[in-house]
Amino acid sequence: MSALESANKIKAKFGDLVSEPTEFRGELTLKIADSEKIYDVCAYAKSIGYDYLVDISSIDNYGEDPRWTMVYHLRSIVNGGYELVLKADVSEEKSEVPSVLPVWRTANWHEREVYDMMGIRFGGHPDLRRILMWEGYPYFPLRKDFPLAGKPTDLPGVAFTKVTPLEGGPFVTLPSSGDSIAREPRVRTPEDAEPGISDQRLVDGKLK
Amino acid sequence: MATAQDISVLDSAARAAQAVEDAADIHGEKMVLNMGPSHPATHGVLRIVLELDGELITKADPDVGYLHRGDEKIAENMTYTQFIPYTDRLDYLAPLANNVAYALAVEKLLGIHDKLPPRCQYIRVMCCELARISSHLLGLGAFAMDTGAVTVFLLTFTEREKIYNLAEAASGARLTTSYTRIGGLMRDVPPNWCDMVRQFLKEFDVALKEAHTLLTRNRIWVDRLRDLGVVSKEMAIDYGLSGPNLRGSGVNWDLRKNQPYLCYKDLDFEVALGSVGDCYDRYLVRMEEMRQSMRILEQCVNKIPGGAENKSNEPVNIPDGKITLPSKSKVLSSMEELIHQFMLVTEGVNCPPGEVYFGHENPKGELGFYINSKGGGVPYRLKIRAPSFINLSILGELMPGAMISDVPVILGSLDFVMGESDR
Repeated sequence: MSALESANKIKAKFGDLVSEPTEFRGELTLKIADSEKIYDVCAYAKSIGYDYLVDISSIDNYGEDPRWTMVYHLRSIVNGGYELVLKADVSEEKSEVPSVLPVWRTANWHEREVYDMMGIRFGGHPDLRRILMWEGYPYFPLRKDFPLAGKPTDLPGVAFTKVTPLEGGPFVTLPSSGDSIAREPRVRTPEDAEPGISDQRLVDGKLK
Repeated sequence: MATAQDISVLDSAARAAQAVEDAADIHGEKMVLNMGPSHPATHGVLRIVLELDGELITKADPDVGYLHRGDEKIAENMTYTQFIPYTDRLDYLAPLANNVAYALAVEKLLGIHDKLPPRCQYIRVMCCELARISSHLLGLGAFAMDTGAVTVFLLTFTEREKIYNLAEAASGARLTTSYTRIGGLMRDVPPNWCDMVRQFLKEFDVALKEAHTLLTRNRIWVDRLRDLGVVSKEMAIDYGLSGPNLRGSGVNWDLRKNQPYLCYKDLDFEVALGSVGDCYDRYLVRMEEMRQSMRILEQCVNKIPGGAENKSNEPVNIPDGKITLPSKSKVLSSMEELIHQFMLVTEGVNCPPGEVYFGHENPKGELGFYINSKGGGVPYRLKIRAPSFINLSILGELMPGAMISDVPVILGSLDFVMGESDR
C-alpha cells in the first residue's frame, strides 16, 4: 500500500469529513473538517498501518477564523515508512481537541507542549500540565500576540543577594523581572535607570 | 553473532507492583526524591521527581524545560539564514548535523534539496558523520563515567578534541559551527581537510578499539546494563523513539536508508540493530554506528567530487543568485550580483508558500523541522521535532521497578541533550 492508497482509504471511510489528499513536495495532506473527529481519524489511520506518530504541531492563524490549526505527522514504519499529514482547524472559542494519547502514547508530551505553548486544550488527556514553562505561568508564549521580548511577570525576578561586580554599568544585563528589552545589555548611564526597571538598585547614581 | 534473547517484559505498573511485593516484608513510607535539575548524571538540566520505596523507584516524573529559550518563537522573527546559528545550540554535541538538517528542511521547502551540487552533498555527509561520532563519543564517555568507568571518558574526549579541530578547519568555529547555508555551504573545506579526516580515522580506530576492549566484555559494565531499561519493539514505536534508541529495540529504521537524502544512497553502510532493547543493546548500537560512520567517512574522502583539493573547481553552492550569495569579487563590479546580495541579506531567501516536514537522522535521533511558510524570507511557523524531548518521554515508563543506582545507567543509555529537548 502506498501513501496515496492509504489516504484514499481514509477518505473513503470518512467521506466528506476528510478533504481530497493534496500534495506538496511529495508530502500528502488530508484536511479534517471537524476537529472533534481527529481522534476517530487517527484511530482509523493507526488501524491501517500508521503506527508511528512523528510530530504534533500547532499553528496560530492570528487574525483569521478559525484561529488554530493542528498538524499531525504520521508514519507507517511497519509498511516501509510512507507518511501522511493530517490537519484540522480549531476555533478560538473552543480551543479544544480530543487527545490522541490512547492511539499513540508519544502524543502525551506533544500535546502537553502544544497546550503549554499555544493554549489549546486536549479533551481526555489525563495529565495536561505545562511542560516547558513552569506551572502557574500566565501566558502562552508561542501565540502571535505574545511579544518576542516577553512580558514582565509578577514573580520576583531577582534571585541574587549580592550585587555583581559590573552591575549598573553599560553593556550589563539588568537584574529585573521586566521583559528582555528592559533587561538587555546596552549603552547605559546611571541616569538612564528608570524606576521600576531594575528594581532600584541604582539610587542617585550609586549602587545600593 | 548476537542471537535473540527472549525475556518477558512487564509493563511499568506490574514491575512496580512486583518490586514492592519482593520487598513486602519491609514496611516503610514512600519517599519523594528530587534528582536534578543540577545533577551530574542528568547531563544538563533534567529534573526527575522520583517516588521511592527504599531504594526502589515506584514512580518517576521527568520535568523538562529548564533550558527553554523559545527557539521556535525566535525563528518566526528572523530570516531563514539568520536562524542557522540557533540550530548550533539545539544539540550542542553535534552542531554540524543540526546545520545540515535545518538547511535541508529549508531546501525542501524551496524544492532544491535533491539538486545540491555533489561536492556539497559529500561534505555535508562527512559533517553529519563526524558529528555522529562526536556525539556518540560524549554519550559513551559520560555514560561510562556515570557507571564508574572514568578512563573511557578521558579516552573519548581526546578523540572529540580532534573532531573539534576538523570542525574548526572547515567552518572556523569549534562548537558554534553554522557551517551550512541555504543552498550550500559557508565555504569549501580547506585543501588538506580530507587528509586531516584520514589521519583522524586512523587514530580514532585505535581509540575505539580500546574503548571496546575496556567496556564491551567488562563484567561490571555488562552486569549493570543487561536487562535494564528494556524497551520492546512495540513500545519504542508507540513512544516515538528514534535514532539509536529505536534501533536498540530492534526496529530497522534509519532515515539515511529508509528515506535517503544527500548522497547516502551511493554510500555503503549497515544499520546497527539491537535484539532485546536493554541498555546494553543501546550501547552496542552506538558503538557499531561509530564504526559505520568511519566506513562512510572513508568512502567520502575517497569519492569526494573534485578530490581533496578541488582542482576541478566543483561548486559547493547552488548556482542560483536568488538562493546563495554571489562571490564577493563580483558584488562590487556587477549590477545583478549586487542586487542579489542586497536582497538576500536584507529580505532573506524568498521561499514559496507551503509547508514541509523534513526529518534528518541526527546522532540523537530524528531531528525534524516542520516549516509553515506564507511566502517571503521568514517562516510563519517553525516547529522543531527534538529527538531528545521525545526519547525522554519514555522515562516515566522505564524507571519504575529500577533502583536509584540504575537511574544514571538508564539516562546514559538514552543519551539525550537538554539544549535540544527544551529548545
